[in-house]
Amino acid sequence: MEQRTQIDRIAEPWGTRTPYGAGEPWPVRVDQHLAAGVAEDDVERWVQAASLLHSNGDAMDVAVRAGRIVGVRGRAVDRVNHGRLGPKDLFGWQANGSPDRLTRPLIRRDGRLVETDWETAMAAVAGRARELIEERGPSSIGFHTTGQLFLEEYYTLAVLARGGIGTPHLDGNTRLCTATAAAALKESFGCDGQPGSYADVDHADVICLYGHNVAETQSVLWTRMLDRLDGPQPPAIVCVDPRRTPVAERAAVHLAPRPGTNVMLMNGLLHELIAHDRVDRAYLDAHTVGFDELARTVAACPPERVAEVCDVPVDDLRRAARIIGDAERLVSTVLQGFYQSHQATAAAVQVNNVHLLRGMLGRPGCGVLQMNGQPTAQNTRECGANGDLPGFRNWANDAHVEELARLWNVETSRIPHHSAPTHAMQIMRYVEDGSIRFLHVSGTNPAVSMPELARMRALLGQDRLFLVVQDLFLTETATLADVVLPAATWAEKTGTFTNADRTVHLSEQAVDPPGEARPDLEILLDLARRLDLRDRDGAPLLGWTSPEEAFEAWKECSRGRQCDYTGLTYERLRGGSGIPWPCTDERPEGTERLYVDGDFRSRADDCEGYGRDLVTGAPVEPTEYRALNPDGRAVLKACEHLPSHEPTTTEHPYDLITGRTLYQFHTRTKTARAPQLQAAAPEVWVEASADDARAEGWAEGDLLRVATPRGSVLARLRVGGIRPGALFVPFHYGYWDTTGDAPDGDGGRAANELTLTGWDPASKQPLFKAGAARADRVAASDGLAAPAPTTTASRPAGDPGARPVAATRGGPPALCDERIVAGDER
Amino acid sequence: MLRNRHAEQIGLALERVHAAECALIRALDDLRHRHPNDHEVFHVARDVAAWSRRHVPLVAEAAGAWGRDLDPEGPAEDSSVRDRLAERAAQLVGRRHAASVLLLDDLRAAHLCAAGASLDWEVLAQAAQALRDDALLALVQECHPQTLRQLRWTNAQVKETSAQIVVAGAGS
Repeated sequence: MEQRTQIDRIAEPWGTRTPYGAGEPWPVRVDQHLAAGVAEDDVERWVQAASLLHSNGDAMDVAVRAGRIVGVRGRAVDRVNHGRLGPKDLFGWQANGSPDRLTRPLIRRDGRLVETDWETAMAAVAGRARELIEERGPSSIGFHTTGQLFLEEYYTLAVLARGGIGTPHLDGNTRLCTATAAAALKESFGCDGQPGSYADVDHADVICLYGHNVAETQSVLWTRMLDRLDGPQPPAIVCVDPRRTPVAERAAVHLAPRPGTNVMLMNGLLHELIAHDRVDRAYLDAHTVGFDELARTVAACPPERVAEVCDVPVDDLRRAARIIGDAERLVSTVLQGFYQSHQATAAAVQVNNVHLLRGMLGRPGCGVLQMNGQPTAQNTRECGANGDLPGFRNWANDAHVEELARLWNVETSRIPHHSAPTHAMQIMRYVEDGSIRFLHVSGTNPAVSMPELARMRALLGQDRLFLVVQDLFLTETATLADVVLPAATWAEKTGTFTNADRTVHLSEQAVDPPGEARPDLEILLDLARRLDLRDRDGAPLLGWTSPEEAFEAWKECSRGRQCDYTGLTYERLRGGSGIPWPCTDERPEGTERLYVDGDFRSRADDCEGYGRDLVTGAPVEPTEYRALNPDGRAVLKACEHLPSHEPTTTEHPYDLITGRTLYQFHTRTKTARAPQLQAAAPEVWVEASADDARAEGWAEGDLLRVATPRGSVLARLRVGGIRPGALFVPFHYGYWDTTGDAPDGDGGRAANELTLTGWDPASKQPLFKAGAARADRVAASDGLAAPAPTTTASRPAGDPGARPVAATRGGPPALCDERIVAGDER
Repeated sequence: MLRNRHAEQIGLALERVHAAECALIRALDDLRHRHPNDHEVFHVARDVAAWSRRHVPLVAEAAGAWGRDLDPEGPAEDSSVRDRLAERAAQLVGRRHAASVLLLDDLRAAHLCAAGASLDWEVLAQAAQALRDDALLALVQECHPQTLRQLRWTNAQVKETSAQIVVAGAGS
């Protein structure tokens, strides 16, 4: 039995409910959107892919007609989404066909970027790199990549940089979104790798979301939670978020702590679990170390003190602890509210500690999901294109480095491992001090996404820096480049990627890239050829030419590690569902949950990292680690609350947090070129609470100048559901569709004009939610409301007497098909 | 009384710890003010200086019990006009490689201060055990681990940055 409907997916981002009960299969609902005037019968081919505009990994098929993409449809058979797609998936594909795609390489001549051919562009890039390697050595070369390429491309980049050039300076923009997830998993479990599965939502009786506005960041996962909430035996939701998000509205308890106090809040929850003996002693004794120190640390955090520091009602705190303590099947998820805030890793680790204390890992409904922000961030991490070595290998373990050297047939000394690979923020510091002179940026836009943009523009714009940007569009960063390389994107090239619950999908080429644009893999292989990178026997270091060959090479690198891909092939990934790693010949169907029976990968000779001091970031020495954790158990790591680095003052009285909205992605390079998405959230805004608006005499739609010592932003005010004392500004809005690459005159548009340069010492993730700001009214609203969506966390507070705000609607262009399948007829 | 006989020596040991912690605070403050462009150093130096700032009054209080009068206030945290000027100047020259070479010098100075403080705590710990003085031992157990973390941090910072500063920065 089937039910077909059409629905405005801008107005109703999560679509129609298909309620289900605990332990039942999540019903299938197939979402589809085709270009205006295209009927299903007009589609010539459906080509398999998965979502590129968030980390959920929703499987889809791309509709092709006459060599162009004409729509998308969710894949009913897939374990992740059971046919559903989010608004960014349904509409975002239109950006591929945007008329302002880069179609030819650009090179700077007499101060201007002009079109050139590939030979000229690549000769300039490789020539400058070789010159610098000879003159100043490999550490004058840096690479800053993304969380949006494919696995095959990251692995190629990692071999090129780490085994070929021999530079430690390779990191992704994943540093900005997911570094703390990796760091927290390594601290607690010895190795990266998501313990849980999205399927745990089907079984949970309690779901805790820590700084994770899942309704906007992973809308299909929220759809799954909503369907549980509307079904029999719904789970209780505990939400920790300074904003009244859609999650908060469905929560049994919503805690909105003062920004910068997450560790205190977590220590308070842990205090209550221990004080009321909601602790699985047998599990602790058998599978963990570190309980005594954790108990000592949280003993100093009784609820009254925590309530005061965090400014949350003490009864709510106790109630949240009781719900968690009484849970039988507990799922916890964590994202930017923790990862981009003060004491990021320390706070995320305490969520792991809740699960270790309660022995709730590795069983249906018992899982931690330390989330990712980007679609392929997991691959950046596992391939070593971030600040780790490929295959979750430990830079401080010589045996691991030797394994890589054997695999690549290079001298061990060629792979830099004298210290941790350089993180992105430090790479930028080395650009600033002039010791990195060549920077290759692929698929990311640091001139908008990094903190403190005035500094970022100054350091990227230096004459002594040779900047190469590989991207789809002329981004703010590309305008500063010496060479711009036009890249192919999703659906124009083939490769694999892995979502936040370890599910690997194949994404196939559906259409040709525009003009002369090339897949990133081809560009990187061309660079390796021109640099003449060879192994110990004089053979080319990168012995592959196609994505599938790169995948096969990666499988060898992953063999025996936690992220083992050896049981996967392109053929196995075609047609059916995505498959979660580890996937081996012994486990051909992959692995739903890690750490079943408390079996961790934290032995000193196996683990990916020995951990760091959560306050100073100093790495734990191998001998120390062996002494602390001789049997390879999980580590309960404690940390005390520290005051923020930029507390509010009378001059800057507001805590500033930046963030995202459901309808946009990153710096809007793709989503702003999808008309339905752009119309839903067209311009930057600032959110303040109704209390603060009253006290300041502000009203909805007033134009405010938000300022910090770093810069200022002009934005219209949304009086919304954020906690008093805090301001929220979305970070997506830059200058490519206004003034080019920088603010024109007075007041910017990009939230990162305001943010401070600072990062978590353990994960090195920049702290975008940790500054103090002031706000002043520049002009009254003049009847205009803030250009903020009303469907999400930015919805108006709804104060009586407030100016009415038109509801966010997509209208006819946003109508999508839904096909609900009764029973499980996949 | 054993206690009276040893008051002079214990008082002296506490005074040395006190002086070492104050010197460490100054070294960490210098590090912070001179390297505002090295943001991790800038922020973490203050976080770990706060540990020493908490140690100083505890040491002074303990010293009082042994008849020694020590200042419970360590060097003030509030950055003076001089410090702010230094910060601004450091921000402006931070684009030059020479500033990074100075960073190694200042990390080295802070590391040596932390090493000195750690040894002075060690001496006090040994004496406290010999005297079976629980209060003194509790003080050491509360403070010394943080000194060791300061020591590891300065060492780790040197390890992390020296290759780039010495090798890639040559000739800048």
